[in-house]
Parts: sequence; structure tokens; C-alpha cells
Amino acid sequence: MCGIAGYFGDGVAPADAVPLLSGMADALAHRGPDDSGIYTDRDIGLTHRRLSIVGLADGHQPMLDGSDNLVISYNGEIFNYVELRARLIAGGRRFRTQSDTEVILHLYDEMGLDCLHELNGDFAFALWDTKLRRMVLARDRMGVRPLFHAKRGDTLFFASEIKALLTVPGIAAELDPYALDQIFTLWTPLAPRTIFRGISELPPGHLMLIERGRTEIRPWWRQSFPDAGDVQHKPDAVEELRALLDDATRIRLRADVPVGSYLSGGLDSSLISALAARAVPGNLRTFSLGFDTQEHDESRWQAMMAATLGVEHHAVRCTANDIGRLFPDVVRHVERPILRTAPAPLGKLSALVHDHGLKTVLTGEGADELFAGYDIFREAKLRRFRGRQPQSRLRPLLFQRLYPYLPGLKRQSPEYLAKFFGAGDDKIDDPLYSHRPRFRSTGSAKLFFSTSLKEQLGTYDATAELAAMLPADFPRWHPLHQAQYLETSFLLPGYILSAQGDRMMMANGVEGRFPFLDPRLIDFAAALPPDMKLHGLREKHILKQAAKGLVPEPIIERPKQPYRAPDSQAFAAAPPDYLEDLLSEKTVGKGGLFNAPAVEKLKSKMLRQGASSFRDDTAFIGIVSTQLWLDTFLTR
Amino acid sequence: MADDIKATIRAFIFENFLFGDESQPLPDEMSLIDNDLVDSTGILELVGFIEKRFEMKVEDREIVPANLDSVARIVGYVGRKQAS
Repeated sequence: MCGIAGYFGDGVAPADAVPLLSGMADALAHRGPDDSGIYTDRDIGLTHRRLSIVGLADGHQPMLDGSDNLVISYNGEIFNYVELRARLIAGGRRFRTQSDTEVILHLYDEMGLDCLHELNGDFAFALWDTKLRRMVLARDRMGVRPLFHAKRGDTLFFASEIKALLTVPGIAAELDPYALDQIFTLWTPLAPRTIFRGISELPPGHLMLIERGRTEIRPWWRQSFPDAGDVQHKPDAVEELRALLDDATRIRLRADVPVGSYLSGGLDSSLISALAARAVPGNLRTFSLGFDTQEHDESRWQAMMAATLGVEHHAVRCTANDIGRLFPDVVRHVERPILRTAPAPLGKLSALVHDHGLKTVLTGEGADELFAGYDIFREAKLRRFRGRQPQSRLRPLLFQRLYPYLPGLKRQSPEYLAKFFGAGDDKIDDPLYSHRPRFRSTGSAKLFFSTSLKEQLGTYDATAELAAMLPADFPRWHPLHQAQYLETSFLLPGYILSAQGDRMMMANGVEGRFPFLDPRLIDFAAALPPDMKLHGLREKHILKQAAKGLVPEPIIERPKQPYRAPDSQAFAAAPPDYLEDLLSEKTVGKGGLFNAPAVEKLKSKMLRQGASSFRDDTAFIGIVSTQLWLDTFLTR
Repeated sequence: MADDIKATIRAFIFENFLFGDESQPLPDEMSLIDNDLVDSTGILELVGFIEKRFEMKVEDREIVPANLDSVARIVGYVGRKQAS
């Protein structure tokens, strides 16, 4: 896991190339503290910051192939590199290193761009083909590893993080108001758009090809589901799932350094840790996060699982004070506004891993998307159920069972529950049906947008832009699969894997590995009948069956507790020093994005009451993070 | 009397749900939920305010949109409760 950067085009004078690449690499130093390298040739520059995990001694990058025809700067891990390497050697290829990087070079040399389909791993790379004078930028299927790009004149610059692009003279930070609207509606900008105007993200599963003066960006993979009528039941699905998970975990333990595992106390990370502990007996270390607030803390379950596995377990507590203190750094690493503080504790967790000398951890991310674990899937199913008998006074009460951790719902009447969850219920063919209540409640935080921002946005509708991006076969999928696609294709890469994943881990030089996102598991899960994933209202049904015997029954059967951290509650309990000035009428007014007097009142309310409504909480954290983003990237 | 109640309710909504932004329209009949002014916690804030300000008990069965989902409905509800 590393940081990459570079350029392609004639806009960099030869004398400027090395200083420019060094500057870009320095901005990525946290991603790769172990080594760095630079490659330059006419109109091309590549740089690399390395976190050494595989091929410690001989994995220096940028790496050239044996004939010096190909050069690569690559961030990530190819977990099936052992099998690919053996196959290539059997075919007569000779390797000079033990690294997975060299496998990509050989594979590309043999198969061209089709090589991407062979890679089981998480990657973002720039590959320079000197013979064809072709530059290839590519990114893994689900978007685990980041890659951004921007143009200055005809020269393309690219990097793992935007802060490296901002070191390039002539590439300046500017806000894209439509991306801000997207974040305040969908939680994430819609790739390729980023919050920085003029800087784009290479979307997950996409490649960019530049040759003979032409630039082409195209998907090489996308998540897909069978037509609703074509879903087949699989009699041996549980056994197949176990075998796939076992292998996905096994190959993600491949490293020349020890691999640890996160343990949240939930089913997904418990199962992964159990499989990992079995694969490396006596050698697994697990890491957990605890909170002082009871509604967020899962320490009891973490301890239970660690004791079951008999592993060396480490835990760290995240306090309200930590969240406020860490938040500016979180925004600097995430490089965009966020609506929750949840990434902050995860930064503290990766620091714990780093402090114990580990560079790599397994996590359970991806299971909720693949196997329908999130409440939003159950909520959409309940909304359809209620919609069939809209006069029923009993059916709306099921929403209370869905969200036992939301105190605001407990006293509500059926009529109110029906109204809260009724957004878009009259349009069951709406492709965004499952997510309408969430988008609407999140979007209500835009109340705080300034008049000038509202005027700039006019009638812009982020949900319409999202709907326009859906694939042509989307309407033919089962409603659960449609909802899963929205999660896996947008929120997963745009928020979970980036803000809570890559950025919080790489901030401390730690690489995350995600067994559930093995492409074999993605295909397997997509082909499963919906009721094997969401069985009635039982989430992750098949995964729970697969976990039997590996994970203690109380953990399998405990109600799902989504990972959350104290939001405005943390700021109320321990207001950080910077808050007063950051949200002052003067500062907010100068930023121009929010209604300054309204923000002042919101701040007072939050600090007075702590955790309040979903809308107020979302708005408060969104405004704090946006103001920090302005302060970090625009006003300096 | 109804005018006093209405002024009190409007002031509360402007201060707590619109954060003083008086440029936002707030017609008496406007649905507070459909226009994203309140969510589930907001309703409880509103109930808490009514109980304290008008010194009355709002029963759980009375927490329904028919009583609370617009300025006019709240005014009518409070008026009826006071009269009874």
C-alpha cells in the first residue's frame, strides 16, 4: 500500500520534472514511509511512496520490466499474485523480484488491458508503455485504492490523493458547489466529480487510456445483478460461501510482514478474524475500538470474540475529546466535507495498529453491502410492505423495531411513523425508492446553505444526477439488488472505503484488506436470491449460517449495531478550542457557503443540547467539516 | 387567544427548526414534515415545548400529524386542550 503520482504531457520542463515529482511524493509521504522513487522520460514522470509489505527488498518503484519497455507506479496488493506468478513462470517468463508489482508488468505485457480481469486485489496504478507510447491509469473494481487527476493545459497530472495535485503550480483548490450539494444529499460526491472543481476521480472499476493524443476513460468492470426473473436458488450456497470466504481471507494474509485484524464485535469482522486465526494459528493480533458512550460501545462483544479466538487483543477508547481534537486532521486526510464523525475514531484505531508495529489489517467492510446487512434494506422492504396496506395502524410500528437505537422513534404514533418513512412511497418504480427517505432527511440539512449558494445551485437535483448514472439493466433487477447497487457503487467507494477506510488507515501508514470484497465473493453474492440475503427481516441470513461454528452464537444472533460515533454529542461534551472561531458569524460569513446567523443558532443549540435531531446533527457535522475543509485547502 | 398561541408557536418553529431564517416561508397550513422542518426528534422537541409553555400533558396517542403537523393544526390542538 503506497502513494503514487505523476504526469503525462509536454507541460513540464525537463528541469522542473524531479522537483515537481518530489513535491507530489512528499505530499503522500504518510502513505508510504518506507521508500520513494522517481522515473522521468520525455513528457512523462512517475513517482512512488512505498509502504513495504510484499517483496520487502526488491519491490522498489517505479518499476521497469526486464526489457525497459514498461514502467509502473502502483498502489495496492494483488492477492492472487502467487498463482499468477506461477502461471507466468510456467509459460516461460522470468522474474527478477518477489513482488506483486512485477506480476502486473508481465501480465500486461502478455494480455494488454485484459490483464485487469485477472487481478484479484485492490489497486490503483499508472503504467507507461514506452513502445506504444500509451499511458494507462487503472483502478480496482470497488474503489478501495484512490486515484485522482487534473489537467493543466494539455498535461495530465494524477495522484493517490488530491493534496499531491495541489502541489502542482497552476492547479488550485476551488470548491465545486454541485459536489457540496451531492455530499449534503447523498453523503458522497458522485465520481468523477470531487469537491475540488477541475479535479476528478477515476471512478472505481475504470481505466484511463492516453495514446496518440486521445484520452479515453471507460469502465473495465461494474457491479451487476441478474434480472429479477433469472435468480437461481443454490442448494450448496452456504458451503460455497464458507469456502470462498476462507480462501478470500487466506490470500489476504499473504505478506512479508504480520497481518492483524480489526474486531468490531459484530458478525463480519468476527467471522473474518475467526478465519484468519485458523489460517495463522497463534499468530493473529486483533484490534478494537471502544467508546465511553454506551450506545456506541461494543467492547463486551469484542472481548467475547477475542477470548473465543485466544488471540493477542488490543483495544483503544475514543473519547468525545478525541473526536473534536482529531477532526481537523480527519478532514485534511479525507479532503472533503463529511456528515459524520465516524472516521475520526477509525483514525485512532489505525494509529493503535501502527503503534503495535503492524502495517496491514483485515476488516469486515463490504459484508453489509454484499449480504444486505444495512437497515436501509430492511427499511425499504418494510416500506413496500406498509404501502400495500397504507391504512394499517400496525405495520408502521415495525419501523420502531428497525431502529431500536433511535430514541426519537419510540414515542411516535403509527401516523407519524408512516409519514417519516413515507418519502417517495407513492412511486414504487422510482429507481431510488429504497434511498428516498435517507436522501430526503440528509438533504434537509441544506436549509443552512447561504442564499448565494442556493442561487448558484438553482434547481440542481443531486438525486436526478445519481438516477441518470444507473445502468440500463437496473430496472430489471430485484428491488433489494437495486438498493444494494446504490450502496456498493456509490456510498461504499465514496464514503465507507475512502473516508472511513483508505484515508483513515493510510494516515497512519496502515493498509486495509477486505476479504468480503474479493471479486469471487462479489459475483457469488450478487447471484444469490434476495431472500438468502434478507430473509424476512433477518439481515445477512446466509452469512449467519456460514458463521455457525466459527463465531459464538450470541454474536451471530445479536441485533445489528451499525458502526456509529458520537457526532454533535462529542462536540457538546468537549467543545474543541477551534470551534468558536470556526463557526463564528465572521468566519462562516466569509466562507460564503452557509447562513451565518442560522449556523450561530445551530451551534448554540448543539452545544446546549448535544445530540439532537438527525437533520441538526447532519447539518452541524457537515458545516464543521466544510468550514475545516475551507480552512485547510482554500484559505491557506 | 388563538393569535397568541399562533405567535408563540411560530416563534418557536422559527427559532428551533428554521434557526431564525425568516426568509423561509411558513404558511399556517404548511406541513412541517413534508417540508423537512421536523423529523422524529423534532416532533418530540415540539411536544416538549408545548407541554412546558402551555402547561399541559400531551398524551402519546395525541402525537399524530392531525394535531401537530402545521402551525394551524398545533394552534387548533392547543386551543382544544385548553378549552377542555
